[in-house]
Amino acid sequence: MTDFVEAGRAAGTLQVVMLGIGTETFALDAGMVREIIDPIPATRMPGARPHLAHIVNVRGNVVPLADIRARFGMPVTAMTRDTRFVVIELDFDGDATLVALVADKVFEVTAVALETRQQVPAIGTAWRPEFIRSIVKSGDEFVIIPDMQQILN
Amino acid sequence: MTTLDPREVFLSEANELLDRLETTLLDLGDRPDDTTLIDTAFRALHTIKGSGAMFGFDRVAAFTHDFETAFDLVRRGAIAPSVELVNVALSAKDYIRSLIEESDPDTAVIGDAILAELERLVGGAPAQSAAPVAGPTSEPAPTGWQIGIRFAPEILQNGTNPLALLDELRELGACTVVPRLADLPELENLDPESLHIGWDVTLVGAVERAAIEDVFLFVQDAMELTLAPLAPGLPVAVPEPASPPADPVAPAAEATLVAVPAAPAAERDTPVRGPAERRAPPRAASTVRVEAERLDELMDRVGELVIAQARLSQLAGLHADAGIKTIAEEIERLSARLRDTTMSIRMVPIGALFSRFRRLVHDLSRDLGKPVTFVTDGEETELDKTVIERLADPLVHLIRNAIDHGVEAPERRAAAGKDATGQIALTAEHAGAQVLVTVRDDGAGLDVARIRAKAEERGLVQPGTPLTDQQVYQFLFAPGFSTAHEISALSGRGVGMDVVKKTIEALRGSIDITTEPGAGTAIVLRLPLTLAIIEGLLIRVGEARYVLPLAAVEECIELPADRNRGCGRDFLDIRGALVPFLRLRDLFDASGEPDPHQKVIIVAVGETRIGLVADQILGNHQTVIKSLSKLHADVAAFSGATILGDGTAALIIDPAQIAAGGHAAGQGEYREVA
Repeated sequence: MTDFVEAGRAAGTLQVVMLGIGTETFALDAGMVREIIDPIPATRMPGARPHLAHIVNVRGNVVPLADIRARFGMPVTAMTRDTRFVVIELDFDGDATLVALVADKVFEVTAVALETRQQVPAIGTAWRPEFIRSIVKSGDEFVIIPDMQQILN
Repeated sequence: MTTLDPREVFLSEANELLDRLETTLLDLGDRPDDTTLIDTAFRALHTIKGSGAMFGFDRVAAFTHDFETAFDLVRRGAIAPSVELVNVALSAKDYIRSLIEESDPDTAVIGDAILAELERLVGGAPAQSAAPVAGPTSEPAPTGWQIGIRFAPEILQNGTNPLALLDELRELGACTVVPRLADLPELENLDPESLHIGWDVTLVGAVERAAIEDVFLFVQDAMELTLAPLAPGLPVAVPEPASPPADPVAPAAEATLVAVPAAPAAERDTPVRGPAERRAPPRAASTVRVEAERLDELMDRVGELVIAQARLSQLAGLHADAGIKTIAEEIERLSARLRDTTMSIRMVPIGALFSRFRRLVHDLSRDLGKPVTFVTDGEETELDKTVIERLADPLVHLIRNAIDHGVEAPERRAAAGKDATGQIALTAEHAGAQVLVTVRDDGAGLDVARIRAKAEERGLVQPGTPLTDQQVYQFLFAPGFSTAHEISALSGRGVGMDVVKKTIEALRGSIDITTEPGAGTAIVLRLPLTLAIIEGLLIRVGEARYVLPLAAVEECIELPADRNRGCGRDFLDIRGALVPFLRLRDLFDASGEPDPHQKVIIVAVGETRIGLVADQILGNHQTVIKSLSKLHADVAAFSGATILGDGTAALIIDPAQIAAGGHAAGQGEYREVA
């Protein structure tokens, strides 16, 4: 998969997984996505920060379940039949770390053209600018490429 | 199946040999008269030289050769091993290690310096001038020898080349070699990796017995060597009167071979010996070298199996089918045994680690001018290898501290009426599911007042706060804390007591300090036996399940009804002792109605006991420990997580952290000021 992504990069496009989280559509670099699974029972972790308040068992690994709706001030709604856990691999201080991300809906894997990439405008979004890596255009719509490291830590 | 890189094999073997060499040299410093030690050291050197040359470590081989040559004089008794000599030999050993590890060509100067020093000590006679100094055996060299050689069949697998040994014999004098073919099997039964033949050699020449034995020095455990002098000049067959006690090999019975010049006689008795030999060296094949990662992998697999088995047992419990229940029980039993076996494979005696510190104590004692004896006990105590590996640095630091700060200077000791020589004791012992490793010195002991003053000075605690001695000692583990009046050359090398504490806690262990003014200090590291799987107690708090390490659990009782709610006295009377308790429901912000009959689990944290109140005790649980994500580093209450029978994750409560959090207010104050 990574090769595929790299090939896309060379051609000036980025392979992304389009996710619906809350009211927003996010584009996640496909290179960091390990798998997409149906929701599994999660265990609450007392004392953890609200966006990392649960852990789940993903193939024998105990992985934090990240709910970034809490981070973006969006209301936390109940799971639906569209809810998926997107397991991503992130680099924290040089260590590859797995995180399961709650997504209300997974739309598609698609390529976005990198030249449409734009800096985050200072006004006009409700998001804290440090959480957003860039904004790209997919079709007619602007979608956010989030900075997962920033959001989770 | 992976093939091992022969260089890797050499490296790991050389490391072991160098460790053994160091231990032996240190022993030799203590007992200079023990000749077996000299022999052991010499053998280790020779093996390093031989395999170094075989695997292309030429510089190692060359240096070791020179080292060995000088050491040979010691072995022959020409020079008594002095403390100085042991010191030089130790640095030579270090140099060999550095040669092996980095093969950096710039260090030849060091090697030459070490050799020069060694040469000076052995009297500038490094060459093979050993002959004039008659060894302990002063028997006259006969005109020749009748030599019977019989190797263990497996010897080829160790890389021994018998033909090379025969060639070495030939260098001593003219040889007639006759093979013993009686044991040679039929072709279809022939195992090409086994050695089926022996040899009878008639060596003509005035050669010392020791010279012949030297040829076989390194295979003597895996062979039978018989030596009989050829009748000198006149054919009078007098058996050697001085059948040498110094001879470690030859069975005395073989002396009767004297005056039998030819081979057939020897051949006759070989078939008799054949079967016995095959039984003799089984220990050669009784150990297998395995890469550490493979053991880790095995442990992971077993962990997964234990989890899968727990799920199976849970499912089987729901079914009425007796057949499935039986199988589930069978698998439970098998996986428990497999787990125990696997864990036992990972267990390593701590002795190997202890022996490393002898050198440290030796060097420190010399550098600081404080004579110190080093005592170890409990070397056979076994611990998980990962624990042992990670224990090395903290122990170095503790021992260094004990000598640097603990043991007083000889004058002060004398003034206090103590033996001028200090003592450092390093001991290990089992205590339940824990292993206690203790570093004890007989120095001046900790000065509580001084530590406290320092802590107040650094703002770690408000002056006048009532603190127990144990609490005061905890300041020693604060980062950068030191009460030393002056900084010695040994202080400030990076690993502070705070790092010691962190390392031990990361191993799920704890540290106790006991001290007695004037009599010394003991630092006790309490360590779990293993890191991978623990026995846990599964409890329910609200709707969530948690695991408590069973090793910490002392007892479980029902919470007395009058303590149930808000009387402000959260402690229990356990057989006269006051035990405070914490409600996990509150701590973990649990949902749902509390059970009417709350349970208290009494856990031991170091010296203190606390109660943890839960809704229900579910029972024992084989807990495969999974580490928590870095993203959860801010949550201290849990030491890890595990996977339950139904596939969900459950958190493992860290009682020490919970107990520490219980006085969060007090500790928070220190931290804020710091």
